[in-house]
Amino acid sequence: MNEWIWEAKNEADTEQLGEALARLLPNGAVVALVGTLGAGKTRLVQSLVRAEGTPADLASSPTFVLIHEYPGRRPLYHMDAYRIRSEQEFMDLGPEEYWEGPGICLIEWADKVLECLPPDRLEIHIEITGPQSRRFQCRAFGPVYEKVLSELARNLP
Amino acid sequence: MKILTLETTCDETAAAVVTDRFEVLSSVVASQDRLHERFGGVVPEIASRAHLERILPVIDEALRRAGVRLDDLDAVAVATTPGLAGSLLVGLMAAKAIALVQGIPLVAVNHLQAHIYACRMASGQEVFPCVGLIVSGGHTALYRCESPLDFHALGGTIDDAAGEAFDKVASMLGLGYPGGPVLERTAAGGNPQAYAFPRPFLDDPDRLDFSFSGLKTAVRYQIVGPGKQDFRSVHLSAQQTADLAASFQEAVVDCLVGKSLHALARTGFGTLCVGGGVAANGRLRQRLQEEALQRGFRLFLAPLALATDNAVMGAIAIERLKAGLVEPLDIEITPGPLRA
Repeated sequence: MNEWIWEAKNEADTEQLGEALARLLPNGAVVALVGTLGAGKTRLVQSLVRAEGTPADLASSPTFVLIHEYPGRRPLYHMDAYRIRSEQEFMDLGPEEYWEGPGICLIEWADKVLECLPPDRLEIHIEITGPQSRRFQCRAFGPVYEKVLSELARNLP
Repeated sequence: MKILTLETTCDETAAAVVTDRFEVLSSVVASQDRLHERFGGVVPEIASRAHLERILPVIDEALRRAGVRLDDLDAVAVATTPGLAGSLLVGLMAAKAIALVQGIPLVAVNHLQAHIYACRMASGQEVFPCVGLIVSGGHTALYRCESPLDFHALGGTIDDAAGEAFDKVASMLGLGYPGGPVLERTAAGGNPQAYAFPRPFLDDPDRLDFSFSGLKTAVRYQIVGPGKQDFRSVHLSAQQTADLAASFQEAVVDCLVGKSLHALARTGFGTLCVGGGVAANGRLRQRLQEEALQRGFRLFLAPLALATDNAVMGAIAIERLKAGLVEPLDIEITPGPLRA
């Protein structure tokens, strides 16, 4: 499956998606998050962090510090390209070291640095559909992530 | 005793020379310096490569201005947590090299504790015990500070930092970057009561946390309405923009002030110290000064030069040295985020 859409009616639905992702994403997974200000990118990351066994209130926006590292059952690297002004600037952060690590990488504002991301990845485009509701359009690139999407579709009816 | 202090946790490359008598012999912050051409631009550059290029010239300049040589140093201190891993490493490696070559003690500094210590350095007074409020682009947290080295987190932001919210709301209002100063100027012409924006947890004295993500989203809905993805089609009048800015700023300031008062009540401390870049916000300063006057607590606000990231605040190394807290040369960084 290359594409799958999750219509979240409320934050609980968003939480469900985060939990399912934490369950299904393999070690070393790269997830690109795309969506406007207030779309809920950090919110989705928090649900994954909680599902990985780390208090979710530790997970805050990395817009200024650029990368937050959360300990958990496996490390979670929370990146943010909001302030990044060029692809070179992003590459200077040494993101390859994180892709190659054992943890999960989640990149907010990934649309600014798509060319710098590994070709195999999961992209989640978040749209605001109402005050609490969000549309999560998930696109898989590469067989690993196609399988993740199929599993997601099976797990979240 | 002369101490070289280094700061490379985020965007800034900074070095200072301080003494154990709280004197500041020099302070160099790469992006703010008049010599910025030498260090590559006024706007701080992101990422560790920039630190790598700037760290040695910045150290040289700090030593030169202080009129000291490497041989004159008695210790070297560096912020090792929290921050961006690659950036922290540059500062730590430089500090280790100096400690090794000069045979002087290496002191590890916690960047957040140092932000509060900036109030100690700026005021020239003992400020501990105190409630510490750190409010910047990357951090928003309250601490119970028994002593310079004994910090306990009382609460912090569960999503966006206050300074980040300023930047993002400024961006939504089309005010540009960095958002803090321009939003404050715009707010000066607006009505802070024009829009009723949320103030999360404000009425709950037991919870000393902050949340600014919902506030950011509320401003967004006020501008474009729910369900819209971008701002290109929206036109706001100058007065609407000013009212939105003023109402947003008031909501942030209400939360920061309200939670600080709760923290003072909970700890029973009579002193509040405020550090971090948002400490430069005029409305926050004014409101805190009014409360301090009315309620009779001591208030120390870091001046701008010591509120944003700088190396002078690394003078907290003095306290660690006095306590015998020096580090082995194999010490590592702790990127974080940290709450305590």
